Amino acid sequence: MKVKSQQDLWAGLMFVGFGVFFMVVALGTPEFLDKLLGTRLIPGYQMGSSVRMGPAYFPVMLGGLLAFLGLLVLVDAAVEEGPKVAKFNFRPLLFILASSLAFAYLLKPLGLVLAAVALVFISAYGGHEFKWKEVAILSVALVIFSVLVFVKALVLPFPICPDFIEICPIR
Amino acid sequence: MEGIFGNLAIGFVEVFKLQPITLAGMTLTLPFNIIMCLIGVLLGTLIGVLPGIGPVATIAMLLPVTFNLSPIAALIMLAGIYYGAQYGGSTTAILVNIPGESSSVVTCLDGYQMARQGRAGPALATAALASFFAGCVSTLIVALFAPPLAEVALKFGPAEYFSLMVLGLVSAVVLAHGSLIKAIAMVILGLLLGLVGTDVNSGVLRFAFGISELADGIGFVTVAMGMFGIAEIIGNLEQKEHREVFTSKVSHLWPTKEDWKRLWKPTLRGTALGSALGILPGGGALLASFGAYTLEKKVSKYSHEFGKGAIEGVAAPESANNAGAQTSFIPLLTLGIPSNAVMALMIGAMMIQGIAPGPQVMTERPQLFWGMIASMWMGNLMLVVLNLPLIGMWIKLLTVPYRILYPSILLFMAIGVFSISNQPFDCFLMACFGLLGYVCVKLGCEPAPMILGFILGPLMEENLRRAMLLSRGDPFVFVSPSKPISLTFLVVSAALLVIIALPALRKKREEVFVAEEQPAHHP
Repeated sequence: MKVKSQQDLWAGLMFVGFGVFFMVVALGTPEFLDKLLGTRLIPGYQMGSSVRMGPAYFPVMLGGLLAFLGLLVLVDAAVEEGPKVAKFNFRPLLFILASSLAFAYLLKPLGLVLAAVALVFISAYGGHEFKWKEVAILSVALVIFSVLVFVKALVLPFPICPDFIEICPIR
Repeated sequence: MEGIFGNLAIGFVEVFKLQPITLAGMTLTLPFNIIMCLIGVLLGTLIGVLPGIGPVATIAMLLPVTFNLSPIAALIMLAGIYYGAQYGGSTTAILVNIPGESSSVVTCLDGYQMARQGRAGPALATAALASFFAGCVSTLIVALFAPPLAEVALKFGPAEYFSLMVLGLVSAVVLAHGSLIKAIAMVILGLLLGLVGTDVNSGVLRFAFGISELADGIGFVTVAMGMFGIAEIIGNLEQKEHREVFTSKVSHLWPTKEDWKRLWKPTLRGTALGSALGILPGGGALLASFGAYTLEKKVSKYSHEFGKGAIEGVAAPESANNAGAQTSFIPLLTLGIPSNAVMALMIGAMMIQGIAPGPQVMTERPQLFWGMIASMWMGNLMLVVLNLPLIGMWIKLLTVPYRILYPSILLFMAIGVFSISNQPFDCFLMACFGLLGYVCVKLGCEPAPMILGFILGPLMEENLRRAMLLSRGDPFVFVSPSKPISLTFLVVSAALLVIIALPALRKKREEVFVAEEQPAHHP
């Protein structure tokens, strides 16, 4: 069988994957597998009845439906001509994601100033052109703006300076 | 009728109420609500003008900021962002041929042509005045129709609510781009993700995998910022940046006598159609603008000029998108059901403030309800008064390159998400959803239906459980003749799905969306 639509193939697989995942987590691992392994791998939630639905009831229904729709998309992929998956552009993808993660995990130990600078530099590096001077000016402007607006005016409880600096010069 | 004016008076009093505010140590007495409305509409115009950031990401970004505001101030500001964006979006569409907002996509067609013919001024004025007219009329419609609808909604039981949500989700699917099955699948994925967290009925922690941060579920701000904000930035960075701005050519603003004669009827039609389409679940500004343009092209005697700078092609969609933006508040205010992603965020904002959205809001909190409606009219007035003189400033903003813009947007998003619970985990989740959003777009799956599903997931489960409990497990309760409202909702949903799946209509729908995608390239 030939795949006529790459896009549908991967979309279908994604939906089947998510559907099965939610179903399995809600139902727990099947009994025979538990017996085989001698332990309950995924405990699952209570199913309940249609009158008194347990926590597993709705997710299992939806997960099943999602997996079924995924299969339909897969059938579509084999039947109907469709577009290819557009090429992934990894540079912006990686740098944008990395910059928000860097900000998140640097904010508490290093303070808002350094975390913001890190975000601006990393994300700017993911763009088309990277000009040191421009990015430096931008980061200074953004740091001043965020400290004034978010910490001073809106009183968000962010540290401004790194932990290890005892007296913060920015007040 | 008299009741309406009495109610609107309550609203205006609320909007102009003086409140003591403490800012940076000083206590001032100010009409705070109207100031928040002004901030909202200015911000809305700003993001409307700037391509590459929409109202969904902006409202999501500002939600944490509204934690400290009073409920009414928060909702007034957020609403202002939504309809303000409709005004701003047209500026970019006319001057740069890029829709600043998705709902101004069709305005590009004729607005940009008018600008090329040196008539950018009248095009901008037409857009603003048509929007204002539509805003006034539709605000009145909200005031007139919301109370009776809320009364009906008070009689809804769990079965009716469940069926109504099904209808809302189906409409969202019908309006999504591309494949129908994929759109339904995205809705279901959203419903499932909405279930993550503690199950209210049993107290069981679902799909949390021992991560304590997931006990309260995934924050919808996080999802919206990831799927719309982050994914959009990455998508924009894949394309080359090029813009041609007609800055010098905006001289005279006022439309000529001939223009006036030609634009008043399309404005009326646009307003009527926009108001009607806005009320529909799944509707809103986007659908309204498309519908109005198509209608105008059919009925206008200048239809041969469409696409070549016809003023009707600006007046109709611009009035319609603003009317649609206002009336899409009706399902939110009366039923507590969001009709699009922006309304879904508004529900979130209400819940953060401890208000359960639904028909009881109108009776229990009349100040909030009518204050919001009054603020919409004030906001529209401010927009038209401020925006025409400020057009020069907005044009300057358009020359800011995207490479400056996106790190700033990203920083504000990260700060916003981090501040929700002051934990890095939310930012991590945002990045995950950014990745998911990017992949979904690559695979031809639209994220908008997912976010609706995400918001409705827990509500749907709750109502399904209750309805089944009341019917002793009989699944036919939703379609039984004793529940005519529920039955109607489900029949309409089924009919919509069947109609849209018909081959002839399917083609037509694809054509519409292809036409839409062509000018819709972001920078």
